[in-house]
Amino acid sequence: MSEPRTLLAIDKVSKNFGRVTAVDGISLDIRENEFFALLGPSGCGKTTLLRMLAGFETPSGGRILLDGHDIAKTPPNKRPVNLMFQSYALFPHMSVRANVSYGLEMERLPAPEIHSRVDAILATTELVPFADRKPEQLSGGQKQRVALARALVKRPRLLLLDEPLGALDKKLRGAMQLELKRLQHEVGITFVIVTHDQEESLVMADRMAVLKDGKLLQCDTPHAIYEHPADRFVADFIGVMNFVPGKAATDGVVAANGARISGKVPATLSPGASAVASVRPERIRLFPEAQTANRTTGTVEALAYQGLDLQLHVRTPLSPKPFLVRVTADAADRRPVASGDQVELGWDAADVRVFAE
Amino acid sequence: MKHLPSRSSLLMAPALVWLTALMVVPCALVLALAFFRRGIYGGIEYTFTLENFGLVFDPLYAGIFLNSARIAGTATLIAVVIGYAAAYAISAAPRRLQPVFLFFAVLPFWSNYLIRTYAWIVLLNREGLITQLLRWFGYTGEPPSMLYTEGAVIAGLIYNYLPFVILACYAPLSRLNPELAEASRDLGASAMTTFRRVILPLTVPGIAAGAVFVFVLSIGNFVTPALLGGGRFQMIGNLVYDQFLTANDWPFGAALAMALIAIMLLVLMAQALAANRASGHAARAGGDTDG
Repeated sequence: MSEPRTLLAIDKVSKNFGRVTAVDGISLDIRENEFFALLGPSGCGKTTLLRMLAGFETPSGGRILLDGHDIAKTPPNKRPVNLMFQSYALFPHMSVRANVSYGLEMERLPAPEIHSRVDAILATTELVPFADRKPEQLSGGQKQRVALARALVKRPRLLLLDEPLGALDKKLRGAMQLELKRLQHEVGITFVIVTHDQEESLVMADRMAVLKDGKLLQCDTPHAIYEHPADRFVADFIGVMNFVPGKAATDGVVAANGARISGKVPATLSPGASAVASVRPERIRLFPEAQTANRTTGTVEALAYQGLDLQLHVRTPLSPKPFLVRVTADAADRRPVASGDQVELGWDAADVRVFAE
Repeated sequence: MKHLPSRSSLLMAPALVWLTALMVVPCALVLALAFFRRGIYGGIEYTFTLENFGLVFDPLYAGIFLNSARIAGTATLIAVVIGYAAAYAISAAPRRLQPVFLFFAVLPFWSNYLIRTYAWIVLLNREGLITQLLRWFGYTGEPPSMLYTEGAVIAGLIYNYLPFVILACYAPLSRLNPELAEASRDLGASAMTTFRRVILPLTVPGIAAGAVFVFVLSIGNFVTPALLGGGRFQMIGNLVYDQFLTANDWPFGAALAMALIAIMLLVLMAQALAANRASGHAARAGGDTDG
């Protein structure tokens, strides 16, 4: 398979606001036709990075190469990049159609072409019935689609989306996640989305970057990041993780109570150093087979039935926090557990990730 | 009465009494006055007539109305341009500095209107501060005649009412979501196009409110034209003043005053209608969000 072409190369980009460093030497490659997510907690620099890509902030250092040209100092109205604002920023005094036409009018395209392109994008985003409405007459989901149509109609090389689903309620958000992915495929434009919602980026992104304190922690596919987090922060931030604190050994971590958790220890961790062994809730089995590498017993403190599966909070001697265990509804039916029950937990050494504490 | 007055309408009572006693009743009296005849030696002869209103439309007096409207209109136009620019600059300043700038913008209100207008006489006098400044720079010719001109009146009106325009324009400008301007830039518009197509249309209500304020206060003004325009009849305010206090023709003065009030009401109603249409649009949209 040939390596996909790089569309946007972010090269050691930094941004300082006075003495605050918002973005600290980030390098990233974003590929042609990719759905890319910038993920991180608030204040991690993801929005500043996005604003630099859009042209609203100028980097303090580094280059931003779009198709090989440095656009770091190009004003926003002169770059083939469009931003969908978190607040949508629809022009309140213009109809949906006027909002969507605006960007093409700025390109001084002939009126018939503007008309047909606007018609096409309104159809794609299912906004035809609302074309003559003002933004204040639209629901949240409709506004979001107008904002999207307004940016997409320009056929940018790169579409930036700042927390595009943040203002929607949970159910609508789920539907719009898939809708955005479908649209991205349909229009064939590279999407860069900024979000603090790790679930959202797992669902939507082809690749994602995890940022913290202005630095890039990890950049990979959602699957790789979920299964092989780069450090403890990423492991904790993406999905749910059970942590067992202790000291590193050659083939695992020795917990505070002396129990040994087997797992591959990274070479950077010298034996005796503070470390955590971690395991995802869905990798833990109830009542494991005898030969399972890691085992412990605990007391069920709480059960949360979630339809598809059952979540157990199990108090164990391994860690101060209860273990989170996910059992399929099917398995739970075969061997029911109740609050207060003593249970055995087990997981394989291959499912253990060890990090420096 | 079917309904007992609610508590909130009771709270309105003092204001209503005050306005009725000091606004509505005097206005009604002035209106009544306009339908009587002037006595031969001044005073009022209580016989009904429409002559006074006929006289208002006499070319001599209608001309003064037009002249007043022109002066007030010019002052309004210039005040809106200067005031909007100032409001724009204030709204673009750092948030914590904005109240400071606004404070300085309204600072002149803290001194007396008459004193402020007299200060202009000191400035514009033949041997006033401006002439002295010109001399200091080496100007030796005739001192420019600035005082007692229409320009002086317009300058005085602008100066006095500029803070209203700044405040009226600042309100919508400061409420404007800054992302709207960014969105316009992002979609390919220059800064100028962004101003013309996004910022200006969204702040028109503020401009209209400020403009109506300046126009209504200017067209009826008599202190500024009297002091800066010299004793000539430049504006209706002076004419009304003169009818009551010099010519002793109260009925005609009353008719002029009524005509002036009618003009002001028309301007205010036009603005209220326009504003109502804008907010009515928003209200209609409010009940129809899930189409």
